[in-house]
Amino acid sequence: MVSGALLLLTLFVFPMWNITLEAPQYPVPLGMNIHINKLSDDNPNDLQNINLMNHYVGMKDIPDHLKEFEFFPYVVIFMVIIGVLLGLKANYKWFLAWFIAMIILGTLGMYDFYLWEYDYGHNLNPHAAIKFTNEDGSPMAYQPPLIGTKTILNFTAHSYPKIGAYFLALGMLLALVAYFIGYNQAKKVHI
Amino acid sequence: MKTNINIYFATMIIILIFVGCSKKNGGNNAGALTGDAAERVYVKPGEHDEFYAFISGGFSGQLAVYGLPSGRLFKVIPVFSVDGEKAYGFNEETKPMLQTSHGFVPWDDAHHPDLSQTKGEIDGRWCFINGNNTPRIARISLETYETEEIIEIPNSAGNHSSSFVTENTEYVVAGTRFSVPIPQKDMPIKDYKSNFKGAISFIKVDPQKGDMNIEFQVLMPGFNYDLAHPGRGKSHGWVFFTTYNTEEANSLLEVNSSQNDKDFIAAINWQKAEEYIKEGKFKTMPANYAHNVYDDATHTATSKMKKEVRVLDPADCPGLVYFMPTPKSPHGCDVDPSGEYIVGSGKLAASLTVHSFTNMKKAIDEKAFDGDAYGIPILKYEKTIVGEVKQPGLGPLHTEFDGKGNAYTTFFISSEVVKWKLGTWEVIDRKPTYYSVGHLMIPGGNSQKPFGKYLVAMNKITKDRYLPTGPEVTQSAQLYDISGEKMELLLDFPTVGEPHYAAGCPASLLEARSKKFYKLEENKHVYATKAEKDAKVVRKGKEVHIYMTMIRSHFAPDNIEGIKVGDKVFFHVTNLEQDYDVPHGIAMIGANTSELLIMPGQTETFVWEPKQVGVWPFYCTDFCSALHQEMQGYVRVSPGNSNIELSWTLDGESLN
Repeated sequence: MVSGALLLLTLFVFPMWNITLEAPQYPVPLGMNIHINKLSDDNPNDLQNINLMNHYVGMKDIPDHLKEFEFFPYVVIFMVIIGVLLGLKANYKWFLAWFIAMIILGTLGMYDFYLWEYDYGHNLNPHAAIKFTNEDGSPMAYQPPLIGTKTILNFTAHSYPKIGAYFLALGMLLALVAYFIGYNQAKKVHI
Repeated sequence: MKTNINIYFATMIIILIFVGCSKKNGGNNAGALTGDAAERVYVKPGEHDEFYAFISGGFSGQLAVYGLPSGRLFKVIPVFSVDGEKAYGFNEETKPMLQTSHGFVPWDDAHHPDLSQTKGEIDGRWCFINGNNTPRIARISLETYETEEIIEIPNSAGNHSSSFVTENTEYVVAGTRFSVPIPQKDMPIKDYKSNFKGAISFIKVDPQKGDMNIEFQVLMPGFNYDLAHPGRGKSHGWVFFTTYNTEEANSLLEVNSSQNDKDFIAAINWQKAEEYIKEGKFKTMPANYAHNVYDDATHTATSKMKKEVRVLDPADCPGLVYFMPTPKSPHGCDVDPSGEYIVGSGKLAASLTVHSFTNMKKAIDEKAFDGDAYGIPILKYEKTIVGEVKQPGLGPLHTEFDGKGNAYTTFFISSEVVKWKLGTWEVIDRKPTYYSVGHLMIPGGNSQKPFGKYLVAMNKITKDRYLPTGPEVTQSAQLYDISGEKMELLLDFPTVGEPHYAAGCPASLLEARSKKFYKLEENKHVYATKAEKDAKVVRKGKEVHIYMTMIRSHFAPDNIEGIKVGDKVFFHVTNLEQDYDVPHGIAMIGANTSELLIMPGQTETFVWEPKQVGVWPFYCTDFCSALHQEMQGYVRVSPGNSNIELSWTLDGESLN
């Protein structure tokens, strides 16, 4: 349980998500890494070059700062401390509670990510140089996929978890395992 | 009847097949190419060549970069001549590169590129090349493929036996073709003999940064110095120069300099020269020569005049120079990879002369001299010579090596390349060139480690080889496969300017080092503008400085007012892009200069002196993006006495 909680700390080092854009004239694709506290280039200057591409269709610049970055780190640290304390002191049933709390937080995080992506892909400058419409005449949106791969005009966009998210998932899995081990031992004691 | 028709058709088909085959065979027999030559020079779309070739442009003054085996042209690097495409010599940053003691010289004749070496092997750092007419040596970076430095050579005229590098790039050597009065003075031309001198310069190269400095000159007798090669391996520490006109004629040289049965190869011991310099045996002469350096951080060149040069007189420095008699006006002077053989190509002789370095040392030790010339000992011909390639062709010029014991020599008059064996001196193969070949190049072929797969022959005459283009036809080079016993002609390819001489190396040595773009944060240009909010226009009397930025797909500012007739307007333009291959250009209507072509992260400047009132446009010249054609702006020019305030905007708003 303790190691599961501590694995969350890797989120301060590794990105948890990545969006990569591929196109023929970008032999090295453009990529954006999402951390709990910042957005970063996959290769140097990728964010600037994504912005340069996207401004033609009226997309806003990728922000330097999101309000989520202010409290995400505290949430993570809070969950680490709680997880470690639970692991050392508390009943195994609390492990499950921690795991469920993480599921809820993770889902909220993904929902928040979706909202940002939606806004990024839909909230377009009305004076954009290039305006594409869908077949039904509605303005084309450029929202990257929440997870998976999608073709957006000349780009193929990939949106997948990165190493930070895998460590997060492993941490949560360890908590669940700890819960079942505790559950089994408790059962044995009762018998 | 039906059967008959069938037989008739079958016969026809057989005949057709037969005719088809024999035609194909006939084609093969008639041509010089085997069927798969095309395949062997074909580089698939998107794939890269195996070798880089740096081929000088001769009288174009530039250096062109090609791929081998495809013969495709990648870049023309401006070196000694202005280039409107790249603003070289037109923008304020590179104008100092072409400064000389004669002022701004916009052209030269670029001959012999050579690549820097470490331990006798090509190290892929720099390419050096000589300017013949106004004697200069340039250094080109193989990271940026830009000319970084040019140094003028004093006391020299027709800087031809240049620019060859020693085994560890200790020196680049530069010899004079013309002998001249040293120092220059007003005197009768007919008094040439024994009064004119030929300077041979040793240019020290900084091992880290590559900066060049003329360490010393050796003042040689008034002969013509044609070509050179430094020793390597066992002959490291020596440089060999061919001479002609040892007759010291000053007119009708085609006859008067061709009289002596033998001219010389001059062997200069530069390690000995260093000792004499240390001992203070040199004389410091007043001189005046330009040293021009381009800085990658400031994106700007500076030019400084140097005022003196150290000279050594061989008559005062025993052991510094020896002459090896070599038949008939030798041109090429080529040292094999082991450093033992020195091949003299007597261009008017019937055979090639090969001297042995071991024999030369022995002759020096035994003092086997045949007199002297101006105090320089002449070694006995029969003591240094080790072999002759007999009747190999007519008009031998230049030899390179494949590292497998073979030498390849060009023959100008008989228009062919001849392969022969070192040691046995037997001719192995000969192949025609089209036409009148000058130099040849094997990648690494003048180093200790040749890559003996291809040979490039550089021709002086093209005639009917390509579609005609009026009286002036393309210049041409030819690629031969030399991996087998016999050479095979694979490809003709056109070149920019006269393909005079070349250097080559495996692509793997350079490819990864090629710079992708300049980092904006490292830009130290005095007038750099690193963000749109810093763009501005500043007036200093009649001078106006525009600090402008460019990024897809606009300039900032793009509307400027308050410029007056009679102003001198400096456009200092910074490309804010930080991506590979996103240059922008800028051109101003009526500016008496070229466009600028600015790489990402770089700042360049052009000057515009508006002469007419009006609103004048400028635009991006390099197709940068989908909105390239929208990348433009206006400058309002008011009368000289107008009091319109300076203003600069983007989209109607102030930038600051």
